[in-house]
Amino acid sequence: MTLSPPPTQTGANTLRGGPDARGRFGEFGGRFVAETLMPLILEVEAAYTAARADPGFQIELNRYLKDYIGRPSPLWFAERLTARLGGAKVYFKRDELNHTGSHKANNCMGQILLARRMGKTRIIAETGAGQHGVATATMCALFGLPCTVYMGATDVERQKPNVFRMKLLGAEVKPVTSGAGTLKDAMNEAMRDWVANVTDTYYLIGTVAGPHPYPAMVRDFQSVIGTEARAQMQETEGRLPDIAVACIGGGSNAMGLFHPFLDDTSVRLIGVEAGGKGIETGEHAASLTGGRPGVLHGNRTYLLQDDDGQIIEAHSISAGLDYPGIGPEHAWLHDIGRVEYVSSTDREALDAFTLCTQTEGIIPALEPAHALAHVAKIAPGMDKDRIILMNLCGRGDKDIFTVAEHLGVRL
Amino acid sequence: MSRITARFAALTREGRGALIPFLEAYDPDPAASMALLRALPGAGADLIEIGMPFTDPMADGPTIQVAGRRALKAGSKTARILAMVRDFRREDPTTPIVLMGYLNPILSYGPERFCVDAEAAGVDGLIVVDLPPEEAGLLAPHAVAHGLDIIRLIAPTTDDARLPKVLAGSSGFVYYVSITGITGTRTATAEHLAQAIPRIRRFTDLPIAVGFGVRSPAQAATVARVADAAVVASALIDTLAAGLDAQGHATPGCVNRVLDQVRGLAAAVRAARTGG
Repeated sequence: MTLSPPPTQTGANTLRGGPDARGRFGEFGGRFVAETLMPLILEVEAAYTAARADPGFQIELNRYLKDYIGRPSPLWFAERLTARLGGAKVYFKRDELNHTGSHKANNCMGQILLARRMGKTRIIAETGAGQHGVATATMCALFGLPCTVYMGATDVERQKPNVFRMKLLGAEVKPVTSGAGTLKDAMNEAMRDWVANVTDTYYLIGTVAGPHPYPAMVRDFQSVIGTEARAQMQETEGRLPDIAVACIGGGSNAMGLFHPFLDDTSVRLIGVEAGGKGIETGEHAASLTGGRPGVLHGNRTYLLQDDDGQIIEAHSISAGLDYPGIGPEHAWLHDIGRVEYVSSTDREALDAFTLCTQTEGIIPALEPAHALAHVAKIAPGMDKDRIILMNLCGRGDKDIFTVAEHLGVRL
Repeated sequence: MSRITARFAALTREGRGALIPFLEAYDPDPAASMALLRALPGAGADLIEIGMPFTDPMADGPTIQVAGRRALKAGSKTARILAMVRDFRREDPTTPIVLMGYLNPILSYGPERFCVDAEAAGVDGLIVVDLPPEEAGLLAPHAVAHGLDIIRLIAPTTDDARLPKVLAGSSGFVYYVSITGITGTRTATAEHLAQAIPRIRRFTDLPIAVGFGVRSPAQAATVARVADAAVVASALIDTLAAGLDAQGHATPGCVNRVLDQVRGLAAAVRAARTGG
């Protein structure tokens, strides 16, 4: 992979040049952190700028992506699913086949190599579904670094297999009981840890949110998804897809898929937020559909909040999408209209989970099941020569207990 | 001259440091919180810091996190906090009031409208934890236009190269976060302060307040010897919280116990530079 060029080297007629020097995508992004953290964030930015310009860093990253993560991930024509839906051809980008079972490994590998370059000796992370926590714990085991993962107490309960995996990998999992005990609260607690351990600790953020440079850096590390898929699609079909679809919590897998396609005006890009029990119920995690701009976790973006600016708890069946914000680049792409943002409900995601399992023999995570639910809505109405590319960003082993409970099955 | 500048000038003439107690607005309920606010100057508060509750207080430790949750449950809203200050100001025209909080509720209220209403209510200064100088443009022009001091945080991680940037646009006083950490956890040593405060003074003539981890009268006195003000927050909230019943309601005497603690802190601060 090649990390995207810095903004100064890209032309003006591109949507891929952001953020600006202040970390802004339009009016979104920025660096809204306490003074104690500002010098640390500037240090990460300087280190990342140096690393992305260093060919040696890219060579090292590429080696680990290939030989340890297992990249490139395949592009799979989901033929039986396509036949079942009866319309557009559906392709899966198989990022669930990565080591650790999701796209999270791409970013973790990039950042842990950066942390090592910076001489950091302790890694902290937040996690929702546990996919990012597992990926972080895995890289820490690989490089022999102590690892602390903050995870909301509610998520610890509903994602027990991943909690156990993290512990097996040697990580310390700290349940967070403040708030609703989900991803937002885990991120608060990770930032509090970082403020208290400024010299030795690297905060490995798992999504395209947080203060600059994280949204841009995580996007760059995840863009390998879209870069590969774009080339694979050209190779397989001789053209680009008509539509690319990905689910969105914080939005890292979607940003990674979309970014290489941003300047391809023929490709419609669709991000699928978690509609929870339905947007109209207020119990959802759809920040763009049901939120408004504000500042949380270091960046200005769309947030679920009440009329006094207090953050509202998100709800989703999927712990990985259960976040009241969204990456700032998505907020910008939403406002300029380049990417369409829609939502799928818990129920629709469960139906898509079953559909994928039974037609393709792939058990998807509940997160990409939201993307698939939208594919199932639009594919039947499209001509058979049309192509939809969907990022299957994680596998669903971790979710079988949740799904069983919703299907009324006792394991 | 602003109330904050006037108060620090008066204290300089007296040759002593200031005590700045902190209370979380609406914690545990509006009546107890207002009673505490009204009585603080009489108990020895030289300036008062009022916390504006936020659901996600990233720089705060467990004590203030829980206080914020109690306050939000008790109905805290930005407009109601400003109303508290307005009521206080009717009886006390001189004690400076500084609001401390996070940016999102202010953005939601509208930065300009917030500054207009804060000035009208009698607020003197603002500390916005997650608004570093790099992003200050969102609020600072409105604050300046309405006579509100922007009080910036300086941390142990703020090096000499960065200090001028943080101090540019600071007014009233500066707030030294004396530890790398969240509120109410660790305490800085006298040796650390003896090194850190003179370093900041080389860059500014503004008064320097020290907070985060200042709990006891002895610690407040240590701060008052090298700096211009000691901020005490979590230790007072712990006392308040200990006086709540199982339902989180204030029990009789609980506000008075906080005020007694403030008296003890004030006595220590006032005696700090007189060989005490």
